[in-house]
Amino acid sequence: MTLLSVEGLNKRFGGVVAAKDVSFALAAGEMLAIIGPNGAGKSTTFNMVGGQLRPDTGRVLLDGQDITGQPPRQVCKLGVGRTFQVAQTFLSMSILGNVQMALIAHHGRTRDLISDAATLYRTEALALLARVGMESDADRPIGELAYGDVKRVELAIALAAAPKLLLMDEPTAGMAPRERASLMQLTADIARGQGIGVLFTEHDMDAVFAHADRILVLVRGEVIAEGSPESVRANPEVQRVYLGQSGHKAALRARRAAHG
Amino acid sequence: MDLGFLLVQSLSGLASASSLFVIASGLTLVFGVTRIVNFAHGSFYMLGAYVAVTVVPWLLDFDRSPLLFFCGVLISAAVVGLLGVLMEILLLRRLYKVPELFQLLATFGVVLMVQDAVLWLWGPVEIPGPRAPGLRHGVEILGQRFPAYELFLICVGPAVLGLLWLLMHKTRFGILIRAATRDREMVGALGVNQALLFTGTLFLGAFLAGLGGALQIPRVSASSQMDLSIITEAFVVTVIGGMGSVPGAFLAAVLIGQLNSFGVLIFPKITLVLVFLLMAVVLVVKPWGLLGRPEPAAGRAALPEGVLAMPRFGVWEKAIAAVAVLATLAVPVFGDAYTVKVVTEVLIFALAAFSLNLLVGHGGIVSFGHAAYFGLGAYAAGLLVTKGGLPMEPALIAAPIAGAAFAALFGFFIVRLSGIYLAMLTLAFAQIAYAVCFQWVEVTGGDNGVVGVWPSPWARSREVFHYLVAICCILGIIGLRRVAYAPFGATLRAARDSEQRADAIGVDVRRHRWLAFTLAGGAAGLAGGLYAFSKGSIDPTLLSIPMSIDFLAMILLGGMQTVMGAVAGAAAFHTIKDFFMPLTDHWRFFLGASIIALVLIFPRGLSGAYGALRRRA
Repeated sequence: MTLLSVEGLNKRFGGVVAAKDVSFALAAGEMLAIIGPNGAGKSTTFNMVGGQLRPDTGRVLLDGQDITGQPPRQVCKLGVGRTFQVAQTFLSMSILGNVQMALIAHHGRTRDLISDAATLYRTEALALLARVGMESDADRPIGELAYGDVKRVELAIALAAAPKLLLMDEPTAGMAPRERASLMQLTADIARGQGIGVLFTEHDMDAVFAHADRILVLVRGEVIAEGSPESVRANPEVQRVYLGQSGHKAALRARRAAHG
Repeated sequence: MDLGFLLVQSLSGLASASSLFVIASGLTLVFGVTRIVNFAHGSFYMLGAYVAVTVVPWLLDFDRSPLLFFCGVLISAAVVGLLGVLMEILLLRRLYKVPELFQLLATFGVVLMVQDAVLWLWGPVEIPGPRAPGLRHGVEILGQRFPAYELFLICVGPAVLGLLWLLMHKTRFGILIRAATRDREMVGALGVNQALLFTGTLFLGAFLAGLGGALQIPRVSASSQMDLSIITEAFVVTVIGGMGSVPGAFLAAVLIGQLNSFGVLIFPKITLVLVFLLMAVVLVVKPWGLLGRPEPAAGRAALPEGVLAMPRFGVWEKAIAAVAVLATLAVPVFGDAYTVKVVTEVLIFALAAFSLNLLVGHGGIVSFGHAAYFGLGAYAAGLLVTKGGLPMEPALIAAPIAGAAFAALFGFFIVRLSGIYLAMLTLAFAQIAYAVCFQWVEVTGGDNGVVGVWPSPWARSREVFHYLVAICCILGIIGLRRVAYAPFGATLRAARDSEQRADAIGVDVRRHRWLAFTLAGGAAGLAGGLYAFSKGSIDPTLLSIPMSIDFLAMILLGGMQTVMGAVAGAAAFHTIKDFFMPLTDHWRFFLGASIIALVLIFPRGLSGAYGALRRRA
């Protein structure tokens, strides 16, 4: 069944069309990648789904409910977890504290003036950390971690709100190749295991083709191709955009030269 | 009202706008390049006036010519410019990388030092300046006389604006200033000699402040109160115009000049309020001022300045806390009347400082106007007792309510901003409160305040009153400490660490900051109410900028990165102040120097030192 349905999103910044009639759908447990060259409108589309940007026209439906233009905190409460291109965590807290904070927010107890925050939702937080393989470091300050591990904790924070949909903006940006593969594998396992839909943007084609169920290709704000990794890979339009016109010609020339 | 009168009123508004612009343009240039809001800019203005009243009469002794008068004015401005260079080299260079709260405090330290230095050099008596030769007459405008010197001043503003435009667009130095205002890091990366650029900018900024001060001498006498009155107006102008924007400062200065000269006709009682109200409205509609740009977002994630770890009390800390509470309770038994008074006041300030650190240390909300809520609590209690005829008990309940109510009102606007603009708006609201208490003489007693704020008969002895204060303040501090450890405190720290992340996990950041502001305002209001009864009087100094700075100095001295630092800081600060102030005429000088030393050498304060000691043990 359809979890997220995006219908005809448009967004202009002055004279620049950042998104033009973008529509797509995402099912529960499915991983959908948005790819495209720099400036294609990936982040714009992404932020319109996550509530950071309000579209000029168009609708975003989550489980049939209209969430267009709702602020991020509201979108979160409706079941959307999110990770950022540059990991956003609470630097003054421990790893456990970060996840506990997310749970406190999820349970609506941020205005509690009496309880002891350090003891709240400890077990649940540890369980979430175990799911991302970080439970042994729970009490370390998050500032001490390697970036790849911070990204894992960020995933645990996003999962704390028991989301139906995960939004991941370039989840592997700034990571070492091996860390990338393992983070994407982890995400894919969690998503498929729990039926969470994942929408992610990515520059790393290995990550995209290895894990995405479907791929959406954006160029200058428009969807130029959509489908399974194989069909997108074989699409001549996508090849032309990714290799570029001159690159495409150079490739043809090289092939002709090689074959005589 | 006839046309001539309106025209003259408008012209005098333009004259003061022109002077204000000359000063504010320097402030905004320095901020644009160095990102430091220089409190001492008002001191440069004052020094400009003092140097001019010394140099210009000496020059006029040779020949009473307009040429020598203006030479004297320019010489004074240049001298002040060199003082600006001195400040850049000795102090500001060490401040570029520290958090903005520390920058503001350190430059305020300079304000205090200059105040005492001026008193020492020129004495406490105001010094009138000479009239400008050739411009002493009046000009007839539509049947009204208007001073020629004011007409001249009206021309100075646009002239300075034009010269600055030429400097900024036609010289390498000016182009670098504009580039650094846009993107300081990029200018550094391009291999520009930053030290020279910053020193040059400080010269220019201080020169403009000195020029503004020197040009005032035919209109106003040089006095040692010039600095703080002008700096708040200059802040307002730069904030309304957009920090870093010279044309914005011009626009804002004209607006404020006109608002002042016509506001005085319509609302003579609340002219000060009008100016700050304009600023609040502009900031809410355009959070970066009329012509300002949003602050470039920090590229990397950095540890925030404030409370980081939330340790529990160990055996040692429990013992120290117990001894402190017992000592507080035992003071009336063993101590003399003077000691009891000091400890009572320490308790009150500890509660106020602790509530401030909930905002600054936990919430990252740098409030430069916490005295407002302290003072409004004091006024609410004091006025209810003296004018309302109520006894102490309901007055003490009203004090925190008043503090919280005004904090909720002001905070509603304040939490919409961040960073330096937020700090400026807290200052502006505090000044509104101050202005109302100062100007509304019939109700508040104006400058003199109100006396006769006495406790109920049962609490009138110093000892009983001490216990009343001890119970209120200790319970207040324990309660606020609990809040800091509760989910609400954690949420404040989370929003401070990463607003974006807090939003994404479902936290309404503004609402939580607003609640924190209200809560802290309530606690400060209670402290203020108790203070009014301990003094027996109220007066506007309770809500003044120096009072707000005292609270900030307390949490800085105690160590704002720890939960209990504010209490230790309040105790140390107040005891030292109470001990030294009667001994020296230069208390402010030492206070200023101490604040600078704290910021530069000892930024973790007393509890930082204690933490180091505990780790070594």
